[in-house]
Parts: sequence; C-alpha cells; structure tokens
Amino acid sequence: MIGADALVKALSEEKVKYVFGYPGVAICPFYNAILNSDIETVLVRTEQNAAHMASGLARISGEVGVCAVTSGPGATNLITGIATAFADSIPLVCITGQVNSSLLGSDVFQEADITGAVESFVKYSYLVKDVNDIPRVMKEAFHIAKTGRKGPVLVDVPIDVQNAEIKKFQYPEEVNMRTYKPTVVGNFQQIKKMVKALEKAKRPVICAGGGVLLADAQKELKKFSETFKIPVVSTMMGIGSMPTVHPLYYGMVGNNGKAYANRAMNESDLLIMVGARVADRAVNQPDLITENKVLIHIDVDPAEIGKNCGPTIPIVGDAKNIFEQLLSFEMSIDTKEWVKTLNEYKKKMVVKRNPNPKFTDPEAFIKLLSSKMKDDGIYVADVGQNQIWSCAYHEVKKGRFMTSGGMGTMGYSIPAALGAKLAAPKKQVIAVCGDGSFQMSMMELATINQVKKGIKIIVLKNNYLGMVREYQHFTYKDNYSVVALNDYPNLKLLAEAYDMGYIKVENTSKAEAAIDLLLKDDKSCIMEVMVDPMDIVKG
Amino acid sequence: MHTKVFQLLVDNTSGVLSRISGLFSRRGYNIDSITAGVTADERFTRITIVTHGDDDILDQIEKQVAKLIDVRDIKVLKPEESVYRELALIKVKCSPKERQGVISIADIFRANIIDVGKESLIIELIGDQEKIKAFLDLLDGFEILELARTGMTGLIRGIDKVTYLD
Repeated sequence: MIGADALVKALSEEKVKYVFGYPGVAICPFYNAILNSDIETVLVRTEQNAAHMASGLARISGEVGVCAVTSGPGATNLITGIATAFADSIPLVCITGQVNSSLLGSDVFQEADITGAVESFVKYSYLVKDVNDIPRVMKEAFHIAKTGRKGPVLVDVPIDVQNAEIKKFQYPEEVNMRTYKPTVVGNFQQIKKMVKALEKAKRPVICAGGGVLLADAQKELKKFSETFKIPVVSTMMGIGSMPTVHPLYYGMVGNNGKAYANRAMNESDLLIMVGARVADRAVNQPDLITENKVLIHIDVDPAEIGKNCGPTIPIVGDAKNIFEQLLSFEMSIDTKEWVKTLNEYKKKMVVKRNPNPKFTDPEAFIKLLSSKMKDDGIYVADVGQNQIWSCAYHEVKKGRFMTSGGMGTMGYSIPAALGAKLAAPKKQVIAVCGDGSFQMSMMELATINQVKKGIKIIVLKNNYLGMVREYQHFTYKDNYSVVALNDYPNLKLLAEAYDMGYIKVENTSKAEAAIDLLLKDDKSCIMEVMVDPMDIVKG
Repeated sequence: MHTKVFQLLVDNTSGVLSRISGLFSRRGYNIDSITAGVTADERFTRITIVTHGDDDILDQIEKQVAKLIDVRDIKVLKPEESVYRELALIKVKCSPKERQGVISIADIFRANIIDVGKESLIIELIGDQEKIKAFLDLLDGFEILELARTGMTGLIRGIDKVTYLD
C-alpha cells in the first residue's frame, strides 16, 4: 500500500461519497488509487468550483465536503473556494498534490507554497512529509473540519509521499490532539443566568445566524421560540434556521434586511445572538445592540464573543446543545404585547416597489417561484442584487436556503447547487444568479451534465453587474464604470450547446406559466428572466 | 493602551511560529517582542509575546491565539506574580582610556564584559526591560555600535498555575 492508497482508504473510513476535483501530475497517484474505491469523482471545470461543490454538499448532508486538486495553479485556484467556506464556517477537507518533497522550496514547475498561501483562510493545514503520518493526519483533518466552529482544512501531499510505501495502515479510532478540544456544552451557570434574565425580559428577540444551521439546531430553535413565544429574526446566513413563514419569524436583519427585523432587534430589551458573528452587514452599529438591553451571545467559537460587541452574558457552546439545555428549564415569559407590536410593524413597514411592467419584477417572480417550489426544495442564491432579492422574497418552509454570506463570492450558486443535489438527489435544487455571477461559473454546466443531475438555473438578466451599478448610481451619481455586460452569452444557444432546456421570461405576466414549465420535471434547465437594468434593491 | 505579556505553550510543529506571527500581522495586532524555545518536554515550545493594545484588543488577542489548533495553553504573565528576563548584548565603542568608566557602569548593573577589543567592549546584561532601559540611558555618553536583544521571556512564580503536560 502506498500513500495515495492510504489517502483514499482514509476517505472511505470517513464514509466520503464524492470527491470534487481536477487532476494534474502531482495528484495523479491519488486519482489512480481512487479507482479502487467506491468513492465517486466529479471532474469540475475549474478548481474554485470544486470547493463550492464540496461546500454545497457539506451544507446539505451535514458531512465534510472533500476536494482534491493538483499542485501549483490547481491549488491556488482553489483558494477563493476555501476562503468562501472559511467565511461561512463550512467543513471541508481539501487535498492538494505537491511537488516532490526533495524539491520543495526550489520554485520548480507547478510548485506553490499552498499551506503558506491559505494560512489565513483555513482552520488548519498540513504538509505531509512522512507517508506514515497519513492516517493520523486525515483523521485529524476530518475531526478539525467538523467539530467546534467548522471550517476548511487543507492537506498538502508531495507526490513522492503519495507514492511511498506505507508500513501499516491503521486508521485511528480516536483523535488524540493535545491542543485542540473545542467546548460544545454550555456552561450551566451561564445558562442559569440567561434564564433569569429571560424571565425579567418584556421584549426578547432571538437573532439566529448560520451557526444554528451548522449545528443542525433548527428544530430546537423552533421549539424554544414556540415554547416561550420569543420572536426570531435572522442574519443572511441564518435564513431558513426558522421557517420564514413561521408566525414568530420576522425576517432578515441588516442593511439589506427587513426594516421591521432591525426594529425588532433595536427595540428589544433582551437580545439572544446565536451562531452569528455580528458582522457589519448584519449589525451596522454594534453599540446599538448593546445599548439598553441585555445581550446574550451564544457561539461555539469563544473568539466571536466580544469581537464586535460586548455581551452581558456570553455562552460558549453548540447551539443545539444549548437550546436543549434551555428547554429543560421552566420559565414564565409573557411576550403577548411585544409580539402584537411586532406584528403591527410587520404589517406597516412594508416597502412598496414600483416595478416596470416591461420587465419581470424580481419580487413577484421570486415570490411566485417560491410558492411553486417543493416545500423541502433547496434554493441557492448567488451574490449581487439577485442575492438580496432572494433573501427578501424567498420563503423557506421545510427546505434550505444557501448563499455565500461571509465572503460574497460570485459564481457560488451553480457549483454549490450541484453539490447540494448530489447530497440530496431527490430534492428540487434551484440556483438563482445574475448574468454576472452566472458567467463566473457557467463552465460547470458541463459538469452538471456529466454527473447527470437536474439543476434548475435561473438567471436574473439585466446586462449589468447590478449591485455595483446600484452602488455607482447612489455614490457616483450614475457615473457607471466597468459594470455593463454586453448581452452575451446568448443563453438560448448556450443551453442548446449543453443539451439543457431553456425558458425565457420577458415580463411579470409571463412568469407563472414559465415557472410551471420549469418545475414540471427534474431536468436541467436554464431560465432567463429579463429584469429592469435600472432596478434597485434599496426601495 | 496597556502592555501585556502572554505565555503560550504550543505544539512543536513546523510552521507554528509563522501561524502565530501571521495571526498578529493579519489582524493588525502589535508584537513588541516574541521569543520561542523548546520546553523540557520536546513536544512543546514555550513562546512569550509582549504586546500592547486597548483592553478589547488584548482580550481578542488572547481568544484568537487560544483558538489556533497548535496552541495548548495561553496565560497572561501579570507583573505582580511573574518574573521576566531579557538578555541584551551591547557593543560599545570605547578607547582604552574610557574602558574603566564603562566597566564601572556595567559593574553597578551586574553586567558582564564578555569581549574586549582595542576600540570596543561587548557587555552582556540580563534583566527586565526597565533595567535594560536604565542601563542604556546611563551609557548615554558612549557610542553604542551594535545592540542585540532577545526579547522578554518569563514564568509565573510558584506551582499554582503550572500547566502539567500529559
């Protein structure tokens, strides 16, 4: 058995079903060894998308996503995907081939110091120099990726190490790391403090972040909210942690969120931030959420607590675990008045858009699409105006909503949707992007065909990089710079080139029939939705 | 703004120092000095970092460093319960006539003369940062040709806060 076999064996031990990647000489031993396993491989068209696919798979399956690419440019191309996963705490194990270990540091062909380059975007990285370390390193890599605050781990393996004979393959049963032991169980005293504070609260609000989904704590959050009648708002990454149609849910916060969600957060006298980073897009002025209120910050990463705002009660631990602990307490909280107030806000503070009837109104379109999607469907939003509209108008019932929230990486939706589809082949998966973000990953249409999976791709087309155009509209008084797309590619011909269906939606009145046609089967299809180029997300 | 001394116990893996210094540079934290050396247990390295910032930043530094996978333990070395030392080597330009003056200053500070040349001396001084500063101030009248300092290292007194390795 050689190192490459050991890498594959470790993946089998971890029950990995898919590896996304792109071979090159330096990773060839691995891709040769993988032929002798049950693991399926997916050949992406550019490495960045291997990480996005692994991310989509990880978010839906709850397992670690795996990608494997070659050294040098293969590895550096992967970086944006790794950084995207890191920003959203998505568990990945990324294997990179590396030049012969005796040549390391001599700038030979396709050598890149990838462990150095990804240092600030990974939870941890390994450069394996001894083939006998492979079982331990792989065990640790998976353990680090999926425990505590999840994140990407990179394992760089020189080609000679992949080809070296391993003395004995024994996959460790347990991880024995002297320095890494994340806290998952909430401190009992802190939780008691929280309960006491909750009992005094008149206007409590929970702000749920992506951490709730990463901890798979949706059920517990819902139960906690329902039991004590505590209203819930969410960050962008937290969308879907509570069904958006739930009567106690009041939308996404932040400068692109709902006004009534922000108001709920600001007027609360007790705010529970859970699994949220309190980053600038969600909380513009962190001092507002600490003023005149008790702030309880629950996070599995102690470094997130107090980074952007100082909480009254910090609780370190896993969201699922902490909600379970909280549910074991009896509490009497009366929020009837507060809920009534919030319902009034929700009714009153609705932004009225003025859609141009010549085009498709994104609000009407996404609402319609959302109502016709299967309840447990997966909606993957890209980045740009399309993302803000998706966040605002898509309703999550029993399904999932995914997007690149932290890094805001354009082109995320198509590869992530494919990863999600592989994780849940029976579920409806829809990627919604703009014409800018579509072109950042349209090469993966070939990959979608190659794995024979049906993905619905919706392109909100306005021939602009809409979000930047909107920014230039407000900030530079319509002095547009480098934001106009030139109507290419012809999506109808492109769909034909990739043997996919094609549907065009000219305006809102045509939307319903088109969506019915789109959703009638599970075949891959590109839907081109014409959107007013001058439309804005800030109503 | 406060100065704080952190003492880290880290896994003795390759790249651990760059992971820690990289964290400081990318998050914009200050490093006044950093020292590293293997401990009695060869699997671990002890690193002492002197840094400054306001309380929020110092709190974040402690949490972010603790979060690094290789970091086993981080402690604050508080002045009232710790001892700090730094080694400085100072090459002073002095003629044979001036030599005795420099030596007498060195004697007061219990510094050692470890090299004597025709036109220079090398002084070895061990102490905390104030002592080294005071010594350098006293050498004001002489030309310091070269100065090498190790940066501060230290330990907490007593046995209460010892981290026992498995």
